[in-house]
Amino acid sequence: MIIVGAGHAGCEAACAAARMGARVALITFSRNNIGQMSCNPAIGGLGKGHLVREVDAMDGIMGKAADRAGIQFRLLNRSRGPAVQGPRAQADRRLYAAAIHELIGHSGVMVIAAEVTDIVVEQGQCRGVETSIGTIRASAVVLTSGTFLGGVMHTGEAQIAGGRVGEAGAGSLSRRLRALDLPMGRLKTGTPPRLDGRTIDWASLEVQPGDAEPSFFSALTRQTSTPQVDCHITRTTQATHDIIRDAIHMSPMYAGRIEGVGPRYCPSVEDKVMRFGDRDGHQIFLEPEGLDDPLIYPNGISTSLPQAVQVDLVRSIPGLEKARIVQAGYAVEYDHVDPRALDHSLQMKALPGLWLAGQINGTTGYEEAAAQGLVAGLNAAGARWIPGRSTSYIGVMIDDLVTHGVTEPYRMFTSRAEFRLRLRADNSDIRLTGTGLGIGCVGPDRAAHFLARKSEIDRLTRELQKVRVPGSTLPQIQSDGGVRSLWEWARYPGVDWEMLTNAAPVGDAAPDIVESVLTNARYAVYVERQEADIIRLRKDEAVIVPRGTIFSGIPGLSGEMAERLQIAAPETLGQASRVRGITPAALTALLAWLRRQQTAAA
Amino acid sequence: MEPIHALSSGLPPCGVAVIRMSGTGVFDIAQKLIGAGDLPGPRQAALRALLRPSDGKLLDRALMLTFAAPASFTGEDVVELHCHGSVAVVAGVQAALTSLGSRPAQAGEFTRRAFEAGRLDLTQAEALSDLIAAETESQRDQALAQAGGRLRSLAEKWRTQLIDISAELESGLDFSDEADVAENALAASRSSVALQQLAADMTQALATTGMAERIRHGLTIAIIGPPNAGKSSLLNNLIGREAAIVTPLAGTTRDVIEVHLDLAGRAAVLLDTAGIRDTDDPVEAEGISRARARAAAADLVIDMGPGGNVVNGIDKTGERPGRRDGRTYVSARTGEGLADLIQWLTDWAEEQIPSGEPPVVTTARQKQLVEDACIHVREAAGHGDPVLAAEALRSAAVALGQLTGQIDPETILGAIFSRFCIGK
Repeated sequence: MIIVGAGHAGCEAACAAARMGARVALITFSRNNIGQMSCNPAIGGLGKGHLVREVDAMDGIMGKAADRAGIQFRLLNRSRGPAVQGPRAQADRRLYAAAIHELIGHSGVMVIAAEVTDIVVEQGQCRGVETSIGTIRASAVVLTSGTFLGGVMHTGEAQIAGGRVGEAGAGSLSRRLRALDLPMGRLKTGTPPRLDGRTIDWASLEVQPGDAEPSFFSALTRQTSTPQVDCHITRTTQATHDIIRDAIHMSPMYAGRIEGVGPRYCPSVEDKVMRFGDRDGHQIFLEPEGLDDPLIYPNGISTSLPQAVQVDLVRSIPGLEKARIVQAGYAVEYDHVDPRALDHSLQMKALPGLWLAGQINGTTGYEEAAAQGLVAGLNAAGARWIPGRSTSYIGVMIDDLVTHGVTEPYRMFTSRAEFRLRLRADNSDIRLTGTGLGIGCVGPDRAAHFLARKSEIDRLTRELQKVRVPGSTLPQIQSDGGVRSLWEWARYPGVDWEMLTNAAPVGDAAPDIVESVLTNARYAVYVERQEADIIRLRKDEAVIVPRGTIFSGIPGLSGEMAERLQIAAPETLGQASRVRGITPAALTALLAWLRRQQTAAA
Repeated sequence: MEPIHALSSGLPPCGVAVIRMSGTGVFDIAQKLIGAGDLPGPRQAALRALLRPSDGKLLDRALMLTFAAPASFTGEDVVELHCHGSVAVVAGVQAALTSLGSRPAQAGEFTRRAFEAGRLDLTQAEALSDLIAAETESQRDQALAQAGGRLRSLAEKWRTQLIDISAELESGLDFSDEADVAENALAASRSSVALQQLAADMTQALATTGMAERIRHGLTIAIIGPPNAGKSSLLNNLIGREAAIVTPLAGTTRDVIEVHLDLAGRAAVLLDTAGIRDTDDPVEAEGISRARARAAAADLVIDMGPGGNVVNGIDKTGERPGRRDGRTYVSARTGEGLADLIQWLTDWAEEQIPSGEPPVVTTARQKQLVEDACIHVREAAGHGDPVLAAEALRSAAVALGQLTGQIDPETILGAIFSRFCIGK
């Protein structure tokens, strides 16, 4: 197999395929770019942290690398309940790339430095790639070209072709894909200027420390590998906003030079000021790029204004009055393929043998990329793994992508998951590692760890369900409340592990086991309630819409409905039900038609 | 599809009975039914003699209408026969159609065909099934209000409100690390108030369901009293008054008398279980116990016993007919005071089912879903944990979505098709 691109999607895809026993070649412009974090030096967060845990549960590499490179760990939403808690880490950029390098090195993946110029298509199948050093044939190709397809970087009026500063874009491959007549779109993203940390007045800034007890991404990580650091927070000021307003005509976005659509949730600082003019300031997180690196990533002021304006705007920010810009911020415009052209394994429907993963599918974020890489890599290597919406965020993301396509770079949020209470960061292994074992992508260390943890969780669960105590034995329960199992008492507000174990002796368990089991107990009622929804979902997913269905001929479908369905080309009734704007009448017309087709065929 | 037919109006005897046919070849069947006569053109009505195919005997003179596919209710060729509403005519015409190759439709089959041909959307289909079963004005009103989308627009409004509130809650979950999202309980308390208001709105709509049930199933009135109190005479005399009576029907057990009334547009059924006697036949016994239970659960009891609300026999006692002291004085034998009795029943019926805005939530399925949604909204309002509140709101949105039919087509289809009463 061939993996094109060695970013987060490519590296994860390559290692996943290698774990499946495939012979994998990872082709990249330059070995030095493997595992680069091109945007901010952090991994995880809300929704994203869940994705990393899931990748890890399938024995992926992102979580391990992030843990090794982590210089500050924080569990977000700590006060809001386990379902929406997301681990996040500041990562040392160099250490992260080094960790990925090492993991790839041990994976058996062959790394080839070359530019891929074309894909080899034979009898309607993708059979390899053309590169600057010759043709390489393969049974499957996973393309993870990130922002390098038709990439153009904007800083003020300056435009440079390329996907990342100092690197060329993949122009010829982009032209070739366009020639294949794939449905494509254009998106944009941006980065802030990078600052020299030695020129920042740290003492004047608010400190944001990491957690005392780090929450790691990988189930196999036991401790931090590096010293831990603080981050700092500052804000834009009215002066900053005035500078931006005065210079707005020089922003490529506002001057109409960028046609790509940027994300609403990650606006440039120009956007923030123009769209939310009433705010007196916008927060900026000063994230260190590394332990031995003075470079600072000011998260929150992504901009494509001209360099001179960037200097003024940075210096209008408290603590940054004397800050030196090492590298100006820029906006990147790039091509992406409409992911509705893909099936749920991320394979091109129209070109079997070609898988796409990462930003090329219109997503943003390292974590989203890695998760797609995992799915594409496993499936391209012959595993049939289509994660469902009720078992993982990865499944939610892929279904969203191939069903809805993208109108802005797609990022994971916990609210995208309708079964959020069961898709937690703390139970990702319970949800997925068993599946991974079945597929064959989970190594012995992970397997042993998972089996031990699972049996501990099962044991503790059984024990809590078995031991019944009267409410009077629990200080938190006022009146009698009857006699219930510890499992049931656990869902009462204020009841914690200590109270439960004081009420009745229960065999000791590790803190992570206790946390998972108590969370299960607390959410049990709600999770069970969703069971019917999940069964219904699976039933609708089982009603197949044949590939190549022409929707316009179906009685009762309006032209608009038929068009929406045709674009989404859903593979099941369940997927059709999620196509935006599809009315109940349209769905039932579709169902009625499918039934009649079945009857006619029978 | 194969030709089917069914009586699509109320049961005979009645003024006019409409028999509808749909499917491939119904024009041929209709042609055979009228012998040498010309089939009326599409969407035209003509008076035709219907002849029995076996011997050419006249069955009825009926209005015949044709609708060519696809511009018809079912999307197929359709013929409608508006016959005289006698039991014999309807039975004769239906037998003739069967002999010509059509078969009686199953429950809901017409609507299912209409639906599969894309002629109806879900809420329309549901409302239409009620419309076709509607015997009285207020039933028709209610069905039409729904076909016009009263409930739908309300549900859409609720849904929009839910989405707004959810968005507020979710922002605190997905973007709590953003400075611009207030990290506070303010959003939660504000949404709690909005949720309580929403739940109150839903409850108000639900309060109309009792009335809807009464409109759909009709009001039930039981006549009780000792033997020889004049119950049968009263009923017989009522049956004689065309104004009030819709149809007398044989009951579920042989001696229960049911009379359907139209009380100023409100459907009602008058039950006399007087003739019920005990029996050893288990099937009949079950029927009897059901009939008794039904009478016991009646919305109104006409008590002709001593001290009851209807005093009979004024022709003998010489008392004045009419309503006074909470009683109605009648003579079941002469019919004196019956107009007052009917007026009393009508006033009562109007009280039970007031005119004006028809109820919003009308079917059991709708009621269930609004109740579900309402429960989830209340639950969300009470959750201190925003994650659980958000989950409850998601469930509420799912329930409302089913109401407007936005998800779960299989369940909705099953519910609708099991409820069809068209053509039976």
